[in-house]
Amino acid sequence: MHAPDGFLNAGTAVATGAISVGTVSLALRQLRQTINEKQVPLAGIAAAFVFAAQMFNFPVAAGTTGHLLGGALAAILLGPHMGAIAVTVVVVVQAIVFADGGLTALGYNVLNMAIVPAYGGYGAFRLFRRLLPATGSGVMAATGLAGLVSVAMSAMAFSIEWLFGATAPVSFAQVFTGMVGVHFLIGVGEAVISAMAIGAVLASRPDIVAGAADLDIARIGGERRIPLRTFIIGALAVALFLGAVVSQFAIDGPDGLESVAGETGLAKVAQDHALDTSIFSDYATAGLDNESLSLAIAGIAGVMIVLAVGWGILAAVRDRGGDRAAT
Amino acid sequence: MGAGHAHALYVHEHSLVHHLPPQVKVASAIAFVIIVATTPREDVWAFVAYGAAIGSVALFSRIELRFVLVRMLGILPFIAFASLLPFVASGEQVDVFGVAMSRSGLWAAWNVVAKASLGAATSIVLAATTEVPDILAGLNKLKVPALFTSIAGFMVRYLELMVEEIGRMRVAMASRGYDPRWIWQARPIAASTGALFIRSYERGERVYDAMLARGYTGEMPDLRRRDPSRRDWVVGSLLPASALIVALLARVIT
Amino acid sequence: MTAALEAHALEFRYPDGRMALDGVELVVDRGHRVALLGPNGAGKTTLALHLNGILRGSGSVVIGGLELNDENLAEIRRRVGLVFQDANDQLFMPTVAEDVAFGPANLGIDGDLLDRRVEEALGRVDAMALAPRPPHHLSGGEKRSAAIATALAMEPQVLVLDEPTSGLDPQGRRELAETLRTLDVTMLVITHDLPFALALCEKSVIMDDGRVVAEGPTKEVLDNENLLRRHRLEMPFGFRAGSSPG
Ligand SMILES: Nc1ncnc2c1ncn2[C@@H]1O[C@H](COP(=O)(O)OP(=O)(O)OP(=O)(O)O)[C@@H](O)[C@H]1O
Ligand SMILES: [Mg+2]
Repeated sequence: MHAPDGFLNAGTAVATGAISVGTVSLALRQLRQTINEKQVPLAGIAAAFVFAAQMFNFPVAAGTTGHLLGGALAAILLGPHMGAIAVTVVVVVQAIVFADGGLTALGYNVLNMAIVPAYGGYGAFRLFRRLLPATGSGVMAATGLAGLVSVAMSAMAFSIEWLFGATAPVSFAQVFTGMVGVHFLIGVGEAVISAMAIGAVLASRPDIVAGAADLDIARIGGERRIPLRTFIIGALAVALFLGAVVSQFAIDGPDGLESVAGETGLAKVAQDHALDTSIFSDYATAGLDNESLSLAIAGIAGVMIVLAVGWGILAAVRDRGGDRAAT
Repeated sequence: MGAGHAHALYVHEHSLVHHLPPQVKVASAIAFVIIVATTPREDVWAFVAYGAAIGSVALFSRIELRFVLVRMLGILPFIAFASLLPFVASGEQVDVFGVAMSRSGLWAAWNVVAKASLGAATSIVLAATTEVPDILAGLNKLKVPALFTSIAGFMVRYLELMVEEIGRMRVAMASRGYDPRWIWQARPIAASTGALFIRSYERGERVYDAMLARGYTGEMPDLRRRDPSRRDWVVGSLLPASALIVALLARVIT
Repeated sequence: MTAALEAHALEFRYPDGRMALDGVELVVDRGHRVALLGPNGAGKTTLALHLNGILRGSGSVVIGGLELNDENLAEIRRRVGLVFQDANDQLFMPTVAEDVAFGPANLGIDGDLLDRRVEEALGRVDAMALAPRPPHHLSGGEKRSAAIATALAMEPQVLVLDEPTSGLDPQGRRELAETLRTLDVTMLVITHDLPFALALCEKSVIMDDGRVVAEGPTKEVLDNENLLRRHRLEMPFGFRAGSSPG
């Protein structure tokens, strides 16, 4: 998911850059008021872990691979502000030192891989925590679900940026179905790894998991853990269900490569006309027989992401006291 | 998305570039990449000139071009992605060796390949001439908050240890016939991931204790004071300045 | 004369409920070298982490007459130099010189004075040549010397070493004992290496199960086979305290 330099147009790079810088400064400001210095090395370790885990590309299906995003995991472990910053550090260091993802692509890479998964994932986590029992298993399950949702949101954010900043004539609908579809599967891997990692931390060091700060540490140790099989089957079921819902939306979009390559220039002309003054990239809306549906999908996805991220940030600011580490 | 062994990044040499203060190099690299990324893709020859520019910086730093090229293999996934574009994209079709391709798809592919390669080459040269702690110190001087760079410092320090640990775990798994193909075979990865996490964390906690024991109060002492002179800045601006001239020339000519 | 180091009624429980210190009483006189012996899990490392306030339990820790509290934490950390069980935990800067400079720099020392401190500290463990090298490329023995130098650079009144001989070859162990003997500082040496304790420390303390269970001149402690056996300690085969180089 690391996009290289020049992947989206300059305007989108600048706009996402501004959003990313703004959010990270907000997070830093929040942290400065509450920081317990012990959190810094913890964040460093979490960042190193995410960095290392991203080197594992796990196979998803026929030839595609995905890697851990880690934003939700970091947010649940460290608290959302520290989590967002830790993964931002990962993305920035990858770009500068390891040539992984472009320097001028940092705006959207940080947004998609750190900010959206961390805050959006944390928002989802808080929601799921309300629905699930207040136990170690409940925290694990909420982590897994939040991980899954965070990956899907990240893929959606990417597609929406494509709508504004496409540099190639591949339509939004194609990118959306491709990205979100594949990433629901990747999300299962994310869910399992995040939940297992949080489960392992809860089992031996429950005191450091910010997202479980409300639980009674002494009780967690005695609990029975969810078997992995149940967990994976559950995650797959949720992914399939959500995937089915999404594909219902996108079903009218062009499917398969040939159908798009076969489109005539006619639709493009018509569209250019319809979306004359639009801020959307011509490329991303070109070749669509139903651009309003695409825009509707983009709109819904956008609202979902903004709601989840906003909820995550709000929750984070509200329970600042929850940002803590071992004492 | 592979990151190699941390030590393979830096090439020990004594060149002018190596000795530039890190903040100058980081600023110069960022400015250069911004100019590259904002150059319209139709200005083909400008990209050739940029390539020559970053190539000469590499030569000047006594880094072998082969080293840069090998490390650039990391962007292969994007090249693979880009090479699909001419086939996937819509719009006017052109005939290339008898295969129908989308004209704008070809341009888009060229755009991604050119900018991604130049961007990657720049990062590689920066990392080959500047050690990671120096890059972080440089970022700090460029007003990146200390909290950010200290997290990065901790991260980098632990990365190497963890990479070794993962390598060992991978070998251990492979030697017992574990070769994951499908997601439901991921159990050992997930399980060992949890163990790795705890191990690294507790290690970090001990290092942190060692730092506290020596009076650490949350801010790294600044041991690498080396304020850049005006000459350093001039040298550092050579790369972005020449790129800027190329970009402007390209605009005027085309 | 006040003792260099005192601990009274020290109790500590880890977050998981494990009682690691259960009323520790310990006094180390100024200028003495004392060995702290005991089986795995006795609480030795936990005790060491209390001596400069990294872990805080109930009871009191007094260093050179100053009782540790929230206000004087920084001063206590200056007075007590801690060398950790695993040198990899202790060394984290890019070069040995910077690592040694880390402590004094935190105390606000800089410029030439800082350089001099670093040289002096490395000189005292005879490790000047290591200054420019990255710590992770050093051998176990070199790492240990560098780690000791990082603590010495703080010019502590008390040096606490946690298993300084682990991972050292026999010659490395002997050289380390010689080096430590030349340092003019109060020392608490945690070790499983009884001959090393005998060679270096005039006094020994045995800890087990979070408590100090015996103390006395090292020779006497190590000659008491029953005491050693009770606490899972033993001299190497064929080795007797009376017959070792002292
Ligand atoms: N971080 C920790 N969390 C929980 N329990 C711990 C922790 N560290 C140590 N303990 C427990 O506290 C007890 C004392 O441990 P400590 O490390 O102080 O022993 P030690 O005497 O140094 O042992 P060794 O000779 O093996 O180094 C042990 O039972 C250990 O399991
Ligand atoms: Mg110990």
